[in-house]
Amino acid sequence: MKIYADNAATTKMSRAAIDTMIDYMENHFGNPSSLYMIGQEAKDRLEEARATVAGIINAQPREVLFTSGGSEADNQALLSAAKFGELKGKKHIISTAIEHHAILHTLKKLEKQGFEVTYLPVGTRGIVSVNDVADAIRDDTILVTVMMVNNEIGTIQPIAEIGKLCRERGVLFHTDAVQAVGHLPVDVQALNVDMLSASAHKFHGPKGVGFLYVRKGVRLFNLIEGGAQERGKRAGTENLPGIASMATALTESVENMDAVNEKIRPIRDYLIKGLGEIPHSALNGDAVDRVANNVNFSFEGIEGESLLILLDQRGISASSGSACTSGSLDPSHVLLAIGRVHDVAHGSLRLSLGEDATYEEADYIIEAAKEVVAYLRSFSPVWRDLTTGKSQFIL
Amino acid sequence: MALYSDKVMDHFLKPRNVGVIEDADGIGEVGNARCGDIMKIYLKIDDDIITDVKFETFGCASAIASSSMATELIKGQKVEDAMALTNKAVAEALDGLPDYKMHCSVLAEEAIQKALEDYQSKKSQEK
Repeated sequence: MKIYADNAATTKMSRAAIDTMIDYMENHFGNPSSLYMIGQEAKDRLEEARATVAGIINAQPREVLFTSGGSEADNQALLSAAKFGELKGKKHIISTAIEHHAILHTLKKLEKQGFEVTYLPVGTRGIVSVNDVADAIRDDTILVTVMMVNNEIGTIQPIAEIGKLCRERGVLFHTDAVQAVGHLPVDVQALNVDMLSASAHKFHGPKGVGFLYVRKGVRLFNLIEGGAQERGKRAGTENLPGIASMATALTESVENMDAVNEKIRPIRDYLIKGLGEIPHSALNGDAVDRVANNVNFSFEGIEGESLLILLDQRGISASSGSACTSGSLDPSHVLLAIGRVHDVAHGSLRLSLGEDATYEEADYIIEAAKEVVAYLRSFSPVWRDLTTGKSQFIL
Repeated sequence: MALYSDKVMDHFLKPRNVGVIEDADGIGEVGNARCGDIMKIYLKIDDDIITDVKFETFGCASAIASSSMATELIKGQKVEDAMALTNKAVAEALDGLPDYKMHCSVLAEEAIQKALEDYQSKKSQEK
């Protein structure tokens, strides 16, 4: 059995998105900046895609800026807010401990430039508290940036409430919605966001394309200098095949969203129940306030990379917060932030289900995980120490 | 290309010398769970020859494969030859490891050194 259960990493492109991309590569190759008909036709199609994306998130077309993906959108949002905040003498930013590295590494860069960043805790549930955000806002706060859905544990953050608060307090609010767009309703008016990042390949679109929603009146500065594309805010000839394909994929994802979520949520819960039968294991992140496709478990006494490779041998593609999967010594900052100790964070497994997930596949995954965890524990010195009482179980 | 060589996968999927020696003459444990790798080596030594070796490892595929390969390399060897085992030899015997996984072979070398030192210190206490 072959099961792709790493849809939070990337998704398979939909047939319609592929067809759009091929059609645009074959038939609409013009440069939208060119004056002649072929160029202007491409320009019309670019604006059509922009209107489609804008309509879906309840924005104005001019508020949607196409980028190379979520990371670029995150970088541009944060660096712009920081730059224009600094001009007003404000240098404080609020974020959370569980953001994606596209946010965290940009914040680290800003800290080196003299900005001060407050990283709010998320508790054991993996959800930031709106009150904590309120308490952290200061006179010199220029930006609050909180992800909509966490990429590792799938927890859904209270974006609309934080947005309302930021609006009342006059602070810019950005959300990295890379894991949310196409999976949850995203309405920029209802969410009260000023900026929002998204990436096409997380909702069955192509890689290398995404967008940044920027509310009218919010100032941006360029990461890439050059031509006047994207209202002068993002130079470079537009990736029209990718952009059009993203619009197709987003339209389709949003149409299917409710049906897909209703279908896979019970399969997710079935997996959580099944994996929970493995002794000394625990679900990471809140069981309820999480996206319908995410399961994240820690298994005590084993290490995640070896778990992943053994699952891969059984045809299951999954992911882990183990340090060995990242090339660093520390396990996932998200698992540490929800209070998992290093030893337990290393032994984690993330499954992010696709739309075609079945109970049969869930049974197969549960059986495979049971076998593999038992096997790895059979020669783990950590497990030996736990079972012989030399050290104490945590889970 | 796969992440690991066929040799690494072979030793990871079918690790040699897995287990514990209850009356071991030398035991060496290195690494810590915080960093995601622990290796424990058990040696049985007769007349300065390593007659049996077992290991237990908590860690990634390359840590498990390195432990397995290292135990194969020293089994039947004289203590002084086993002392000379380097991480490079372990990695080479596995047809190489990714750069960021070389520390796994270092752990294997250190675990064996530690087990041999344990053996030698026990032996000197007996005298």
